[in-house]
Amino acid sequence: MLNRRSFLMSTAAAGAAGFAALHLTPAFAQDAPQVQIFVPAAPGGGWDQTARTMDQVLRSEKLISGSQITNVGGAGGTVGLPQFINQWNGKGNSMMVAGMVMVGAIIANKSANNLTEVTPIARLTGEFEALVVPAASPFKTAADFVAALKADPTKVPVAGGSAGGSDHILFGLIAKTAGVPATNLSYVPFAGGGEALSALLGNQVAAGISGFGEFSEQVKAGALRLLAISADKRQEGIDAPTLKEAGIDVELFNWRGVFAPPGVSDADKAALITLVETMAKSEAWATECKNRNWTQILLTGDDYAKFLTEDTARIGAILKDLGLA
Amino acid sequence: METLNQLAHGFSVAFTPVNLMWCLVGTTLGTAIGVLPGLGPALTIALLLPITYQVAPEASFILFAGIYYGAMYGGSTTSILLNTPGESATIVTALEGNRMARSGRGGAALATSAIGSFVAGTLGTLGVAFLAPVVVKFALAFGPAEYFSLMVLAFITVSAVLGSSSVRGLTSLFIGFVIGMIGVDLQTGQPRFTFGMNELLDGVDVIIVAVGLFAVGETLYMASRRYAGKDEIVPLKGSLYMTAAEWGRSWKAWLRGAAIGFPIGAMPAGGAEIPTFLSYAIEKKLSKHKEEFGTVGAIEGVAGPEAANNASAAGVLVPMLTLGLPTSATAAIMLSAFQSYGINPGPLLLTTQANLVWGLIASLFIANVILVILNLPLIGLWVRLLKIPAPQLYAGILVFATVGTYGISQSPTDLVILYLLGAAGFLMRRFDFPTAPVIIGMILGPLAETQFRRAMTISNGDWSVFYKHPLSLTLLTLAFIGLVGPHIWAYIEHRRRRGPEHVPGDA
Repeated sequence: MLNRRSFLMSTAAAGAAGFAALHLTPAFAQDAPQVQIFVPAAPGGGWDQTARTMDQVLRSEKLISGSQITNVGGAGGTVGLPQFINQWNGKGNSMMVAGMVMVGAIIANKSANNLTEVTPIARLTGEFEALVVPAASPFKTAADFVAALKADPTKVPVAGGSAGGSDHILFGLIAKTAGVPATNLSYVPFAGGGEALSALLGNQVAAGISGFGEFSEQVKAGALRLLAISADKRQEGIDAPTLKEAGIDVELFNWRGVFAPPGVSDADKAALITLVETMAKSEAWATECKNRNWTQILLTGDDYAKFLTEDTARIGAILKDLGLA
Repeated sequence: METLNQLAHGFSVAFTPVNLMWCLVGTTLGTAIGVLPGLGPALTIALLLPITYQVAPEASFILFAGIYYGAMYGGSTTSILLNTPGESATIVTALEGNRMARSGRGGAALATSAIGSFVAGTLGTLGVAFLAPVVVKFALAFGPAEYFSLMVLAFITVSAVLGSSSVRGLTSLFIGFVIGMIGVDLQTGQPRFTFGMNELLDGVDVIIVAVGLFAVGETLYMASRRYAGKDEIVPLKGSLYMTAAEWGRSWKAWLRGAAIGFPIGAMPAGGAEIPTFLSYAIEKKLSKHKEEFGTVGAIEGVAGPEAANNASAAGVLVPMLTLGLPTSATAAIMLSAFQSYGINPGPLLLTTQANLVWGLIASLFIANVILVILNLPLIGLWVRLLKIPAPQLYAGILVFATVGTYGISQSPTDLVILYLLGAAGFLMRRFDFPTAPVIIGMILGPLAETQFRRAMTISNGDWSVFYKHPLSLTLLTLAFIGLVGPHIWAYIEHRRRRGPEHVPGDA
């Protein structure tokens, strides 16, 4: 394992990792298949971690004999997507990791390709978002926050990830339900969770919205106060209401899932769904998800396709309100 | 005292044979990837993340820290010898370092950068061990307004690299701004200067620009005047390492570089590039050998920025270990490695994972020692690269630059950009435009813009944030003194020498 990785490393050092990954023909072992995972993002991010964790669990559960991960990063996945559609067309035993961020990026970047062209396999995990304020903030509840927002949205600067990303979308949805025009919001985008977090800890902004995992340790240490989470129901061990319980009718998961290329046979599709379902029900997967603050929200095949259509419509509408689409 | 005890305990963790082995592997690998342009520590650690399934947390963090520090050492080697920066933090090193190499002092440039890295890395690591809680408080006081003022201060560094003509230098700076603007605007999500190409939405990597302008441009320039002059193989002058005079000029620059690099590295949006710019400008201002800058190469101009980038690498670990804040791509990936062990990095990390954190800090000291031992003997080998005749050497640089650029994202678009920039670099060189301001503009421009707009969003359009915040005001005042001070000083000197009866215009 280590050897293979360090070998891969040195191939990458020669600048040829992409070639190596693309030119290996899929080899089929007798019982367990070999799978190929396409990650339309650079190594290290959420999709990449999903792919690498899948690889780890699938192998430890002996569901596959091995896997090959290919990264093609850029522009919220819209650089990799056309490549997956065109060059991986019809390849069984291959999957692409993608998620809500790509749905947003496709709309905002006016990408020529979209997710209706690939084959939905399963929605695997989601990270619900958290609305937090610095410990010294006058806002004690989500209702306080919304009241201030209603009074004058320009006086409530909110920090989060990049414009049009999941954090911005949630802020837009909260404002929309509260009847505050999205164009008046004072959203302060940061490149990453760390930078947004430091703006909160330094009391530079009134509130912050990001994945719960980004804030959880600061909340535990008392540096931030958690006002609400965007999950569908109360979460064990988290002492905060959901947005719905707090009177804001919004629910949002930054979901991640897998897709097969276009043109795969029904048998291949069914086999992949079974494979992923078996993995998702394993103990090892549950442990990994817990370690990484991923909530399991498994949805497969046609149900997943239906969800995708609805979510695309919802995201498209809010991005339009925010002036991004 | 408690810190010392914990540090001693940390050393007992790091000094096990297995962990020492990981440290050695990490530093060696880090040096290697630092040498290659494109392949940075963040990407390398990301590719090695699956190792966390196999080995103990201490071992993998020691490995990662070794890679991180090693890359900072390795990046300077190619900057100095080949004018091809391996890392964005070593772009400034190329300015003086490559001049030194060409005037036969390549060995000294490599030595001052290795020893300076060691000194600054050790000082920085001491800072992590003893000053972290204080420094992090200071770093968090930096909001968008303060960052913007820091960028304004950094902009005066441009004057240090402008060259003989300000018009040409400023033109280069603005070219840098435009390149920096390419891509999706973070604040509004709108694409700028992308011409409908998805590949440009994430912007152009600064390493590609540096390698294109410096290495490819230089190669084309050399090729174009191949028969205009005769081949010059520069003989190594004097000692392979540093002379006493060079030691004397280096050590103050190391200390100043470390003092600039560490706090800025600890700031969440500080980064490793800005301290190298600042250090370069300060060394040039303070140097008694100004005539060497940009001509035969001044050793202070290598020593300061190299110390600054290593100290900033240590600084980055401060918010990561004290607050769980990842402030660089590498730190973010290291944090995700914490998560695969089920450790949630946060403000409680120091108390809940003392073994791990202090073992990591101790291994940073060890990594520094290993790196200097690894790098000093290599200098003799490296300088021989310069004995390769020009055609072969430059052909090699071209291959190296191309492979390295392709390694960044395996994108053919990047290669096209590289060669377009190479052609631009050639033309700039031909018509005597300095290329360094392009890089400075490209890094500082978008940062300054983003922070300015953030500050204005938060203050709801009120300009007074820039002078009502004391830190911001201090930085702006420093920038003003840096800009106007030398002129006033020169005027006073002039008056004093000429006497009060001097009237303007009778020079």
